[in-house]
Amino acid sequence: MMNAMARLSLDQKLAILSDAAKYDASCASSGGQRRDSRDGKGIGSTTGSGICHAYAPDGRCISLLKILMTNFCIYDCAYCVNRVSSNVERARFTPEEVVSLTLEFYRRNYIEGLFLSSGIIRSPDETMADMVRIARSLRREHGFRGYVHLKTIPDADPLLVEEAGLYADRLSINVELPTDPSVAAYAPEKSPQRIRRAMAHVRATKEARSEKTHTGRRGPKFAPAGQSTQMIVGADGATDATILTTSTRLYAGYGLKRVYYSAFSPIPDSSAALPLVKPPLMREHRLYQADWLLRFYGFDVKEIASAAPGGNLDLAVDPKLAWALANRHLFPVDVNRADRETLLRIPGLGTKTVGRVLATRRHRTLRWEDLQRMGANLRHARPFITLLDWRPRALADEENLRARFAPPPEQLSLL
Amino acid sequence: MRAIALPRIGTSKAWRAEARALLSARVPPEAVSWSLGDPAPDLFAAPSAPLPEASAAITVPQAFVQLADCAVWHSDPERFARLYALLWRLPAERGLMSDRGDPALARLERMAREVRRDRHKMTAFVRFREIEAHSSRRRFAAWFEPSHFTLEPTAPFFARRFGDMDWSIFTPTLAAHFEAGALRFADPPPRPEIAPDATEDLWRTYFRSIFNPARLKPKAMQAEMPKKYWRNLPEAALIPEMIAGAQARAREMAEAAPTLAPARAARIRERLAKPEAPPPPAERPSTLPALAKALESCRRCPLWEDATQPVPGEGPPDAPLMLVGEAPGDREDLTGRPFVGPAGQLFDRAAEAAGLDRSRAWITNAVKHFKFQPRGKRRLHQNPDSGEIQHCRWWLELEREIVSPRLIVAMGATALESLTGDRRALLKRRGGFETTSDGAPLLVTVHPSWILRLPDPAQRENETARFADDLRLAVRRIAV
Repeated sequence: MMNAMARLSLDQKLAILSDAAKYDASCASSGGQRRDSRDGKGIGSTTGSGICHAYAPDGRCISLLKILMTNFCIYDCAYCVNRVSSNVERARFTPEEVVSLTLEFYRRNYIEGLFLSSGIIRSPDETMADMVRIARSLRREHGFRGYVHLKTIPDADPLLVEEAGLYADRLSINVELPTDPSVAAYAPEKSPQRIRRAMAHVRATKEARSEKTHTGRRGPKFAPAGQSTQMIVGADGATDATILTTSTRLYAGYGLKRVYYSAFSPIPDSSAALPLVKPPLMREHRLYQADWLLRFYGFDVKEIASAAPGGNLDLAVDPKLAWALANRHLFPVDVNRADRETLLRIPGLGTKTVGRVLATRRHRTLRWEDLQRMGANLRHARPFITLLDWRPRALADEENLRARFAPPPEQLSLL
Repeated sequence: MRAIALPRIGTSKAWRAEARALLSARVPPEAVSWSLGDPAPDLFAAPSAPLPEASAAITVPQAFVQLADCAVWHSDPERFARLYALLWRLPAERGLMSDRGDPALARLERMAREVRRDRHKMTAFVRFREIEAHSSRRRFAAWFEPSHFTLEPTAPFFARRFGDMDWSIFTPTLAAHFEAGALRFADPPPRPEIAPDATEDLWRTYFRSIFNPARLKPKAMQAEMPKKYWRNLPEAALIPEMIAGAQARAREMAEAAPTLAPARAARIRERLAKPEAPPPPAERPSTLPALAKALESCRRCPLWEDATQPVPGEGPPDAPLMLVGEAPGDREDLTGRPFVGPAGQLFDRAAEAAGLDRSRAWITNAVKHFKFQPRGKRRLHQNPDSGEIQHCRWWLELEREIVSPRLIVAMGATALESLTGDRRALLKRRGGFETTSDGAPLLVTVHPSWILRLPDPAQRENETARFADDLRLAVRRIAV
């Protein structure tokens, strides 16, 4: 087997190990410390806001070189292309190959940096130690100042995770599935409690490092872009309300920057335990919208769930519109008088538009045209607002109003 | 009509200088015609007299400066005139810059947005190829076609990013060169030939492999990577065949029958196989480490579901004094140790004042899991209810049995309820000695987090001192 591996070219390994990494949704390169190489002594910069260097036809951004160190894995997670019981082709990069690919891609402006993950080989500690070695080599030997995102191995020695945080902008650990029983069922070797403990450790370490010591100096930065996680949607029976409740708990408990939702997608050589389905892309999209409502629009998970009959978000209209349709006694809202919290609840008005409304309102009373210029989606907003020159007709009954927004039902198609 | 021709390099700075001079000379917008490069011959333009030097400093809102510095690079030939017309209105119309409904401002904001997007796309889609080096620094070059005059404002980004290499970016209207750390601009040569390098093949391999054919969404791709950029992206040539083959690939995956696991899978699984989770020990754990281990799998009440971990007690197994608090808080939940958060810090201060050595006492909680409500980025502490206190008493009694302290201090109503069955009238009972339900000596005091919640600083100070007094009572009692 080792002989067969030695014969793989760099190109073949890259094909295998990026194919194996693509089911991780996270590709963000934003947040964290600002750095550059204007001093000429290294390469790379991070500006705080990420850059998507390309888009694949799946609509996903390509910002980082997202690869696995190896797709050999001793775990047997049913949803994963790399599980031990799968017959996919296996490969393993040397640390030098990962370093060189990262730097050469970076110099050509293909990427913002590296997102390195790995199957578990031999033991969690050895796997984590190899990943830390790659990050250390990039930072220390090559003066790399681009973005580094390391997937940490939940069971690895906390000291290795602490070292990883010195080199990485972001650390992440996937909770994988929304509930503990699902993890037990589909990822038997993983422990939800150990995953939470690892996230708690990252948060506690980051906070400890950002505190000033008695000398008034701060320690070295630890994972300045924070930590994130991913949940697979549609592999188990969890409802959207369950998923969002888990997210809320993760955001509050571990200071996560992002929770990624990844629609369970067909993989080569799937497991008999998890029949393949068409990936629920619209459901994934609605979950992201709801996640935004939770984080930036002051919504509570219970409010969102109350407008999601059966615990699942309406696929035909976005969750804010669904909430407004379910709470139409609160509308129409006078855009010229309502406070920020209320404005944020109007369908079709985003945080930016609300900021513009508040700034302009200090000078004059707003009309329909003003709102148009401010970037509001008036098709959505119109029944829910009043302006100096606009008053909606009485809000129609539920079905009528919803039908104006929902796309006409499509004929069901086979896959 | 005054004709002003701005240079192709340094356009923004030149526009600002001209606009400042025009404004201080009170030249109205309709009397100026702007152009880039050589002035277009305007037959009706009278030769204009030179403007006097701008006298008083002109102050404009920062927002205008930012807007102008962006919109000035737009390809719309009207941009200079539009900016000057807005500048002209600023002295008379205060607050104009925050009026997002003003049509002239909205138009310029849109232009600025388009330039920002074009700049962002340039930082994303420039593709360097390695070319022959002149020095020890590696050298790269790229050809790029922006929609606006974007290279000059964007080049510093590349200088900060690619500090240790030399590079050139050529566009149809301008070239930028970065050599030995110095950035300069020049008129562009005719489009240069830059030969592809070998790394481009690896990049194409990556682009092909990172794509998930089961999630085809070409419209989402094109919204962010419009076709106008494709001709200079080495990976874009692959897109049509990737789209064409996607559905067949997804179908193949779905239809393929599950295969038999490879032989090594069974070996590895055997090695990893854990003995089934041990059933809850029939006997009560008899040592503190065994207790902490058993606590891990406690399911006596549902609090474990949302908590990170249980927080066992801490201290020497033969401690003469046992301190019982309420339940772990945020910090305790994260670290797995009792009394390490803000309440723990207050406790430490009071203990020090009372001459109580924390490391010689057993410190624990009446309830072992954190109870909370998530609220945004924080978790709001919630008091455990009677049922939870009741379920967790099992653990506290076990701790008491193993440690068998000479005195127990109940801090707060929850501990008091757990130990005596009665949580009422805490403030009346504080500082007094009682006995637990099963007859062990007990001292009653408040919980340090109650002190932290007092609004008045003087009262907090006062109560901290009283809390220390209570602890001193305890120290004295066990010293006898």
